[in-house]
Amino acid sequence: MPIAAALAYLPMILVAATAVAVMLGIAWRREHAVTVAVTVLGLGLALIAQAFAWRVIPVHTPLLDLDGLALLAGILILASTLACAILSHAYLESFHGAREEFYILLLCAATGGLVLAASSHLASLFIGLELLSMPLYGMLAYAFHEQRSLEAGIKYLILSAVASAFLLFGMALLYAQTGDLRLDVLMGSLSQNTGAWGLAGIGLMLVGLGFKLSVVPFHLWTPDVYEGGPGPATTFLATASKVAVFMLLLRLMLSTPVLQGEWLRGVLTGLALASMLVGNLLALTQSNLKRILGYSSVAHFGYLLIVLVVADGLAAETGGVYLITYVLSTLAAFGVVILISSTAGGEDAAGLHYYRGLFWRRPYLTAVLTVAMLSLAGIPATVGFIGKFYLIALGVEAQRWWLVGGIIVGSAIGLYYYLRVTITLFLAQPGMRRRDASDDWGTRAGGLLVLGLAGLVILLGLYPAPMIELAQTLSGIVGLKGS
Amino acid sequence: MILVWLIVIPFLGGLLCWQMERLGDRPTRSIALVTMLIELLISLWLWARLDFQLPALDGTATQWALEYQVAWIQRFGISFHLALDGLSLVLIALTAFLGVLAVLCSWNEIVRRIGFFHLNLLWILAGVTGVFLAIDLFLFFFFWELMLVPMYFLIALWGHSGSKGQTRIGAATKFFIYTQASGLLMLVSILGLVFAHHASTGEYSFSYQVLLNTTLSPTLSRWLMLGFFIAFAVKLPVVPLHGWLPDAHAQAPTAGSVDLAGILLKTAAYGMLRFALPLFPEASQEFAPIAMGLGLLGIYYGAVLACGQQNVKRFIAYTSIAHMGFVLIGIYSGSALALQGVVVLMLAHAFSAAGLFILSGQLYERLHTRELGKMGGLWNRLGSLPGFWLFFIAASLGIPVTANFVGEFMVLFGTFPTAPWVVVIASFGLVLAAIYSLILMQRVHYGPPSIKTPLKGLDIREFAMMLSIVALLIWLGVYPQPLLDTTEATMNEVYRLFEPSDTAITLTQEAR
Repeated sequence: MPIAAALAYLPMILVAATAVAVMLGIAWRREHAVTVAVTVLGLGLALIAQAFAWRVIPVHTPLLDLDGLALLAGILILASTLACAILSHAYLESFHGAREEFYILLLCAATGGLVLAASSHLASLFIGLELLSMPLYGMLAYAFHEQRSLEAGIKYLILSAVASAFLLFGMALLYAQTGDLRLDVLMGSLSQNTGAWGLAGIGLMLVGLGFKLSVVPFHLWTPDVYEGGPGPATTFLATASKVAVFMLLLRLMLSTPVLQGEWLRGVLTGLALASMLVGNLLALTQSNLKRILGYSSVAHFGYLLIVLVVADGLAAETGGVYLITYVLSTLAAFGVVILISSTAGGEDAAGLHYYRGLFWRRPYLTAVLTVAMLSLAGIPATVGFIGKFYLIALGVEAQRWWLVGGIIVGSAIGLYYYLRVTITLFLAQPGMRRRDASDDWGTRAGGLLVLGLAGLVILLGLYPAPMIELAQTLSGIVGLKGS
Repeated sequence: MILVWLIVIPFLGGLLCWQMERLGDRPTRSIALVTMLIELLISLWLWARLDFQLPALDGTATQWALEYQVAWIQRFGISFHLALDGLSLVLIALTAFLGVLAVLCSWNEIVRRIGFFHLNLLWILAGVTGVFLAIDLFLFFFFWELMLVPMYFLIALWGHSGSKGQTRIGAATKFFIYTQASGLLMLVSILGLVFAHHASTGEYSFSYQVLLNTTLSPTLSRWLMLGFFIAFAVKLPVVPLHGWLPDAHAQAPTAGSVDLAGILLKTAAYGMLRFALPLFPEASQEFAPIAMGLGLLGIYYGAVLACGQQNVKRFIAYTSIAHMGFVLIGIYSGSALALQGVVVLMLAHAFSAAGLFILSGQLYERLHTRELGKMGGLWNRLGSLPGFWLFFIAASLGIPVTANFVGEFMVLFGTFPTAPWVVVIASFGLVLAAIYSLILMQRVHYGPPSIKTPLKGLDIREFAMMLSIVALLIWLGVYPQPLLDTTEATMNEVYRLFEPSDTAITLTQEAR
């Protein structure tokens, strides 16, 4: 058992150790390329270690439950952190100021994400969430001489603190009701007697976690923070951070019958519908690509909430597949934004006018962004379609017609802005100030990464069997069993 | 394997065009032309070689002339399953033929970014071919949605922006959202069907033949049928759902309009014949009166609105709505004769609408306007163009000797035993067709000319294009039997599934 546990913990240990190694390395000598290399190496080793962890799961320890979904979350978090690290290299090359600390923050946040997604105890849940959020404040405000970046960091700090307060209060109420902090025990006693405090506690925790997922009505921070934060930080926020929180919620919902009561489903259905509609509607008038992606993520997590509402049958598999598709498409989209923004300092090139006519200058980079947009819109031959297919299948199977209707309406509205972004890329080039990727972008790590991501989006869109198998296998190994 | 090539050839040809743009205009256009010619030759070769008279009347299984299947997503029993029968072959040949025309008619019209233009054009054709071949419902939906993306680019990038806020991007987006949203409804229906099948057998399958035998409760079947119907009705288009069509046509480049009217609208009729009717026969029968009513509404709505249009392409777009009304009536008539008539009418409309759109493209190249108000008196200024115009106008109003007449006649004649009043009302629609057609002719070509200077006549390319369509229309109008023989088995199968009774055989004997 200790060896199994050690193997299961290995990815977390490796990421944390990499963070320490990077910190010591910086203290010794500042060298951007080396720092990136160490980070990438550590994350790569952690990803490989996930394969070993696969052999031993499920592993139950007092604070962490490493089951299939936690493992899947771990893979997604590590992969997106890896992508962020590679993109940060391109992004921070032209950054004026200390570059290397960014990677420490990134690695710490990734550790937090891994802990959060696997937590089976309120203490580890809170520690994980804070370890995920704290470095993000720093990352978002990393370009603190830019007003917007600083604003984004502070905004996220304050609202996140409020959300944490809600979460803590909810935990306290749950503890008052049940007298235990272990999630399985706690949920077990709640299912016998929920009680007013228990209900209130669950509700408050939902607010806290809903904030992190930026579900309507807790989404107000999303567009500003997405817009202001430096590209890699926003990317991490949009992918790894949300994956971790969502996987925690999914594991909770799947393994505790008390959470599947009709009232909670009603609340989640309402949140889901609101997120789909509000997210898509608010994105319509935006002219900033990062804001559009922010609202789009609101809508996407609205769609994903269906998984939590149903929490049965295909649900876990759907959650896994959809998260994979979402992460791949979002990474590709942000990757292009980062590459375009990376040549000069200053704000990110997120205004849509920077992208006008990009196709006639950078056809392949445009192809990547086009593929990412079509994938987010859920067009066939991209991986996003498989995700949408799964969600609709889940909704139809569980006969949640309102939610299915929400997806259809949401997608129809969403098409408008995804297409608007896409067509902008192909329009004739005006004589505007242009921002552009460096000429050799395609041969550098960041460029290869986005090309690979776009390739993967198409490939898994055409032949999704491996992805489905991964999600199916891992979602089969689920459950908070307690130690 | 040849079926896969039918899809892959235009796809690869498109990629090649994109990359060969650097060699210059002519090589790019030639590659596109050669690609579509190969596609056309393959489909003609298949037509000559295969036997489409397969006896499918015993009802054991639908017989395909050619089939190709590999497993794709085994989790849900989805396979890459293509199959060819008479109906799909005819429509694929049509696609290839109109593909050739689309390349030819944009020879001088499109001058910017021709590589990317032909990439989109050929990918549309690849997607449409996929739609006509796929008999796995997931695969069908896949191609159904896939063909929208290049069409969107075609309209949005090479279209014309009209006046008063009618932008090409707006039209393209409208087209995309209409079809995608209704497509998602179909996806819901497909999944509903699959899960109903799963509930009764415990197996996931998206296979057409497997799902044909699903037993559904009447209520469920009604809803699922409606999902399919709405998706196809948007594309056909059926009147309350037609909003995208006039804009898309008016704003699209000529090649886009040709594809849109000639092929994309036909995918909807094909979808109804292949999926909506056979999968939900009882629900469709119940729904038939409503569908026929919508068809009537379309005939009158399209005809009346066409009369008031100022833009040539919008004019033709509205006449398409009217013609598709006849197609809808024929599909839901429940008679083998009318179903055969639908096939003829589909082809006839594809040719005549494509011809008119190409002609209006040629007019635009000479006059630089699409406004009817700025035309008039062109008869003597344009060489042989007005003559062709007159022919297609006559075809579109359904004059004998053209295929349109055969199609409309068969639809009305076949529908009469089941729904006489519908036929009576629809026949009055033919009068309206004569009115709007002649209005169009009058306003474009007759009347006093504003200027007398002659314009450039048709060159050999344009002349050959028009002549080939004219020949086909007359051939089908005079001797449609080869076409009817090809699609007979398929349509009988549709008829048998739609109305299971012994009269199927006798009626088709009459039809022959």
